[in-house]
Amino acid sequence: MEINGLLMDLNDNVVTCVAQVPAGEKVVYRKGEEVCALTAEEEIPCCHKIALNDLARGEDVIKYGELIGRTTGPVKKGHWVSHHNIYSVPRDYESELVSV
Amino acid sequence: MQFWGYKRKEGRAGIRNHVLILPACACGSESARIVASQVRGAVNIVFNTGCSDVADNTAMSQKVLTGFACNPNVYGVVIIGLGCETVPHMELRKKIQSMTSKPVVSFGIQDEGGTLKTIEKAVRAARDMAAEAAMQPKELCDISELLLGIECGGSDATSGIASNPAVGELSDLLIDLGASTVMSESIEWIGGEHVLAKRAATPEIHNQIIQVCRNYEDHLKAAGQDCRAGQPTPGNKAGGLSTLDEKSLGCIRKGGTRPIVEVVEQAGRPEKSGAIVMDTAGYDISSVTSMVAGGCNAVIFTTGRGTPTGNAIVPVLKVTANAVTFEKMEDNMDVDLSGIIRGTRTFQECGRDLLAVILDICNGKMTKAEAYGFSDIAVDHVCRFV
Repeated sequence: MEINGLLMDLNDNVVTCVAQVPAGEKVVYRKGEEVCALTAEEEIPCCHKIALNDLARGEDVIKYGELIGRTTGPVKKGHWVSHHNIYSVPRDYESELVSV
Repeated sequence: MQFWGYKRKEGRAGIRNHVLILPACACGSESARIVASQVRGAVNIVFNTGCSDVADNTAMSQKVLTGFACNPNVYGVVIIGLGCETVPHMELRKKIQSMTSKPVVSFGIQDEGGTLKTIEKAVRAARDMAAEAAMQPKELCDISELLLGIECGGSDATSGIASNPAVGELSDLLIDLGASTVMSESIEWIGGEHVLAKRAATPEIHNQIIQVCRNYEDHLKAAGQDCRAGQPTPGNKAGGLSTLDEKSLGCIRKGGTRPIVEVVEQAGRPEKSGAIVMDTAGYDISSVTSMVAGGCNAVIFTTGRGTPTGNAIVPVLKVTANAVTFEKMEDNMDVDLSGIIRGTRTFQECGRDLLAVILDICNGKMTKAEAYGFSDIAVDHVCRFV
């Protein structure tokens, strides 16, 4: 099976597709030494993300092992994760400072 | 790991042995270009300021000029000034001589009696310096002498998922071998600054990283610019970047994962060894300028759309994971990382490949931008000309 998805970190709940994946086709990616696959339930454009499991509304979306946003509504496994259904969680600099 | 380089009395070793023809001000730039064109082994930069500047701009220009002169890839320096520049060429020369023992001479066009007489003297000085430089043998240097600048420019959707993680892997490998790297472009940390700060070796460094971002955002706000407005851009979103967080995380991946041991100001010289970050603009040419002024002896540059730029003093290595760009821009691209996108290579494997490429560059192999003799610089400004 040809790799067409990249998992950037083992803790991620999305995979980035490196080719356009039509609905019903497999997204194949490496997870460490293991090769994994899931079915795209809708078309995923190239360089866009697919959900690895069901995401509830307000759930963290993790890529690079870090929070990249939260879902605005439920996103089912195999569905497209994009700016249409996630938002950036506001932060402020003051709260990011640590005590020295 | 070792490479064949040029040992210096102070600081890191050079991987090149250039004679630098350095204008003290814009009025010296054309003469400097002509002098460098007459002498094999000499390089010049084109400097567009040095006059009619507010004090903060002058301070930045001086940091860049002295930093270039002290860069380990420079054997010696021939300065060409006019005579009425803000910091006179003699003063610049003395400042450089207080920082390094390498040969430095300077000429002023007004004192010498015009361009032709200045060029004549400067060519003779540069010729003699180049002849001496050619006599310096290469010596085996430990990889710890390498200070690699890490840059991205003309990014696309492949940058954050392929070329940047590969270069991040390279950075980790180099640091584990004892070398140092510098990641710059602080404006592009914004959105991921809290993640970058987690790599800080100390709580002080953590807060410095956050503060650099806050100051940058405030600075642009004072000029009426909201650096978050319209981010990610419509083009970014179409390319799969859904939030500013995601965009910034892809950007900072090029700096790897090792603890950050120092935050240096723009064009400042790092004192520590390991993973270093520098507060610079996101404008790639300006960022590379600042890292070279800070003493980087090589630069690796990830790109998605492809860019031609280079630097006179250090080799700039262009890498892309976009197969179409590599093919279309092959005369400007050095390394093809598109195997990551095709799924035939992992970014970890590509990082290891890049280590061998960087070693070749250290040993003298020319990058494409270097072979073309490209000399792009941009000195960051805080205020209009006076």
